Amino acid sequence: MENRLRPLRATRNWSQQDMAERLEVSRQSVNAIETGKYDPSLPLAFRIAELFGLPIEEIFVSPSRRSSKAI
Amino acid sequence: MVARTLAWKRYNWRVVWLSLLYALFLIGAVYGFKHKLVAEPLTYAVAILPALPIIGIFGAIGRYLVEEQDEYVRMLMVRQTLWASGFALSCATIWGFLDSFDLVGHLDGYYVVIAWYFGLGIGGLFNKLTLGEGGC
Repeated sequence: MENRLRPLRATRNWSQQDMAERLEVSRQSVNAIETGKYDPSLPLAFRIAELFGLPIEEIFVSPSRRSSKAI
Repeated sequence: MVARTLAWKRYNWRVVWLSLLYALFLIGAVYGFKHKLVAEPLTYAVAILPALPIIGIFGAIGRYLVEEQDEYVRMLMVRQTLWASGFALSCATIWGFLDSFDLVGHLDGYYVVIAWYFGLGIGGLFNKLTLGEGGC
């Protein structure tokens, strides 16, 4: 799933490790989510949203919206 | 291979202890049978003894999957165990038919476990190849 994690992380000058520690997950997890290789569960997506103080849809791009844009 | 989480460390400890127990039970059982120290009906119990820590390791993997809090790391392990199970069952099925038609020699059943562990390695490689940096 496409997301804005990398630019959001950059605005806070956090490394993947910094973000992983804040979310209490491994750096691998942050990397996999950031690169779109793994879609987080809803509870983890909420934790990420709360970490940045943003709604989920401002961080993760809805796959259905993405496909409708492509049409 | 998975990240070094707390659950992973606990799993490693359990596997180390169970492996030591396995070595102890195996040496004991082999020694007992070789020197005819075991009589029926105890023979069955002593022969099964080395299998118990191996079963314990399967239990440790299950426990790890329950205890692992990092959902992504847990998913990596689930993928690995699925690969391991698929690989071991496929090997056993192929070997079984080859054996039925007398094309290969008979193998002891516990070789399935060895194939399963080999399958874990294949699963780890699959994770690495498909998920890149995040898959190891």
